[in-house]
Amino acid sequence: MAEAREPVTTLDTPIRLEYLFSAGIAQSKNLRGLAEGRFVGQRCPVCSKVYVPSRGSCPVDGVPTDEEVALGNTGTVTTFCVVNVPFAGQSIEIPYIVAQVLLDGADISFMGLIQEIPADQVRMGLRVEAVWVEPDQLGPSMASVKHFRPTGEPDAEYASYKDYT
Amino acid sequence: MFYFLHGARKVRGIDCEEVTVDQTAGADEGVLTSAHVLEYPYSRSVGPVIGAFLTGLRDGRILGASGSNGSVVVPPTEYDPETAEATGELVEVGPAGTVTSWAWIADPAPGQPLDHPFAWVLVRLDGATTSVLHVLDAPSPSEVRTGMRVRADFLPATERVGRIQDIRAFVPADDGGPG
Repeated sequence: MAEAREPVTTLDTPIRLEYLFSAGIAQSKNLRGLAEGRFVGQRCPVCSKVYVPSRGSCPVDGVPTDEEVALGNTGTVTTFCVVNVPFAGQSIEIPYIVAQVLLDGADISFMGLIQEIPADQVRMGLRVEAVWVEPDQLGPSMASVKHFRPTGEPDAEYASYKDYT
Repeated sequence: MFYFLHGARKVRGIDCEEVTVDQTAGADEGVLTSAHVLEYPYSRSVGPVIGAFLTGLRDGRILGASGSNGSVVVPPTEYDPETAEATGELVEVGPAGTVTSWAWIADPAPGQPLDHPFAWVLVRLDGATTSVLHVLDAPSPSEVRTGMRVRADFLPATERVGRIQDIRAFVPADDGGPG
């Protein structure tokens, strides 16, 4: 009976927040590009830097980045980390590589998963290309990019990406 | 940022996939929006006094703390809220009491205790000198008033776990008053 049970010492108090995230005009263009299997960035009219995904303005010059720029499928690993720690919700077998990928023609890198190469062979300067999900699986989300994989090209010279690390 | 890497539908409690087009902005050029859910499964340590209170609820009893000058604080605190002195022994109060204030909820929000209209009430339980916030399950606001008599409606013993929701709700009790 109740009297035989242990006293209550803890209380579960889950906190739940449901909200609607608005991607904004600039990022919506990027997301729509992802749904079509391509990367879309924006160029700053003052410094000419290309941001992907763009937030709609240049953080250096403080001006709108109205010019849309279509970017290619290839890029360079500027830095990376090997994930060895399991955590709740992990969907990829460890160890795996999370890298900063600088797309060709872009002036900012973003995070990407590197696959199809042993974890201990990933390196700075590695040339990679995006592998997209099947066409019928494409959607307005980075989940449309399955991962990046090596292109087989020679590594990029450090000087070519040193300003982006 | 983790959805970015793994493409999972739910990672660390973050739901990231349900992307919909904002209809007000036009389907082609509109701003994309996405329903997100953040959830943290906190578990907190309750200490000796609230612990005893919750244990009491699990057992179907409501406990208050004896404070200074004859006060009985419900829910119990470790220190008297008026004198800041340590409270004394726990005493049973209720399960009936008197409504001291109320607010009618005509359209309950998701996650609120009842899925039909109800009243938030402050109830001064018989034997207590403070009021506890809870839910009054009443058919309409015309049947709720300050000073009305109510009683705690506990969940069945097998469903009680030691939380305030072990009292499903308060319900009207035409019992003629305390004692």
